[in-house]
Amino acid sequence: MTSAELRESIIGILKEIAPDEDYDGLKDDVSFRTQLEMDSMDMLDVVLGLRRLYKLPIPESDYPRLDSMNSTIEYLLPLLNEKE
Amino acid sequence: MARHEESERIVITGVGLASPNGANLDEFRRALLTGKSGVVPYEIRYFGKTFAGVCNCDVLKYQTRRELRRGTRAGSLSIYCVGEALKDCGIDWENVPKDNVGVYIGVTEHGNVETENEIYEIKQYDYDCSYWSHHHNPRTVANNPAGEVTLHYGITGPHYCLGAACAAGNAGLIQGVQQLRLGEVDFALAGGVSESIHTFGIFAAFNAQNALARHTDATKASRPFDVDRNGIVVSEGGCVYTLERLSDAKRRGAKIYGEIVGYGMNSDASDFVLPNAERQAQCVQKALRNAGLAPEEIDVVNTHATATVAGDALEIDALREVFGASKKTYINNTKSFIGHAMGAAGVLELAGNLPSFNDGVVHPTINVDNLDPKCEIANLVLNEPKEVGNIRYILNNSFGMVGINAVTIIGKYEGD
Repeated sequence: MTSAELRESIIGILKEIAPDEDYDGLKDDVSFRTQLEMDSMDMLDVVLGLRRLYKLPIPESDYPRLDSMNSTIEYLLPLLNEKE
Repeated sequence: MARHEESERIVITGVGLASPNGANLDEFRRALLTGKSGVVPYEIRYFGKTFAGVCNCDVLKYQTRRELRRGTRAGSLSIYCVGEALKDCGIDWENVPKDNVGVYIGVTEHGNVETENEIYEIKQYDYDCSYWSHHHNPRTVANNPAGEVTLHYGITGPHYCLGAACAAGNAGLIQGVQQLRLGEVDFALAGGVSESIHTFGIFAAFNAQNALARHTDATKASRPFDVDRNGIVVSEGGCVYTLERLSDAKRRGAKIYGEIVGYGMNSDASDFVLPNAERQAQCVQKALRNAGLAPEEIDVVNTHATATVAGDALEIDALREVFGASKKTYINNTKSFIGHAMGAAGVLELAGNLPSFNDGVVHPTINVDNLDPKCEIANLVLNEPKEVGNIRYILNNSFGMVGINAVTIIGKYEGD
């Protein structure tokens, strides 16, 4: 899996959660919470979305790693490639 | 009529509704006077093809797509109805103290839709519960629809839902009246809602009871009192009223749809599903006593009849008992147009009749090709609207499973 492929998948999950947002202008280094006004339930949706898509359990202690697009890709990409 | 102090007289000042055949009171009333059904062919997973009353109101008028996803259909319909009712009542909402507003929403059931959805989801993961959604709890708590209203409108007064099966809408309305009279709130949003068409279980269960409507034509499927009636059409819908004390409504020059002059609630204590005509008659009499009215003073009785073989005949038995000697009481039914909107039924059907105070017309019961002799009663308004002149009192019946009955009486407000 490439970083671009993973990014596209994450955008898909975010669009489910916040369908009215503009994703063309998403800044990859800025927190999802700030940028998309996401709350804790939305963040759990990201966790569940990733779990359902990749059958990848994410421990609660790692939730802070899902803060922005960059940090999420940095955290997930090695895990997913290892899983493959 | 029983007289209350102005501060204890409770009036309807706004109506917000979502019906399968209308997204506001004007559309709904027009449909009821022109014979327009809201029942359509419908398909749902596992159960397959059936009929349902489906609401096409524009919920995006009040919520974003993101908010819609977060909440439930019942919550969304409630938010829509409240938005419409607040706009209709003309109150300066910005300046209403929100801690003195109460939200009372009747529901037949709540949570089945979400639970079915979650089980459907985890089935794809071999029923591994770690795929279960964190949204399930807030979406399925029994106060969800009323709670979503408070979240959306920033209401900090009390909110809860009333579970009273298919009498729930009237129970919500009655609760609003009582809380205003008790002085617990100064402004009440009261009514009922149903999202039931989004659960396959309700269709399967009515079918298992041999109580789900079958017909070749969706618009003919809901046919209370017809000899060939064969069951219920399940519908979604909602209706919320803004209720105020008469003194408050007059002070701000509010439009007044009518006054809730009486109500009654009781329990059958006889069967899980079969209605009880004796208890229904007692409930109607209780409401009449509460209002200080005689049966012959009631101009319109809006029946609960759902088009089940047993239920319709039992309700007519009850009405013959109470109104048998009344020559001027007209009887109709709204489910023949929209199916059974469950928790919304009582209040929604009542709303469709409120314009009678102004136009003097009783909307009919449609789809009666051959009246069942067991359902014959004087002044049953069949298939065409009937002009009857001045209408002063409307009585609305709502009855539910496990034996719960709720009757409301609304009086025309004619000034002091």
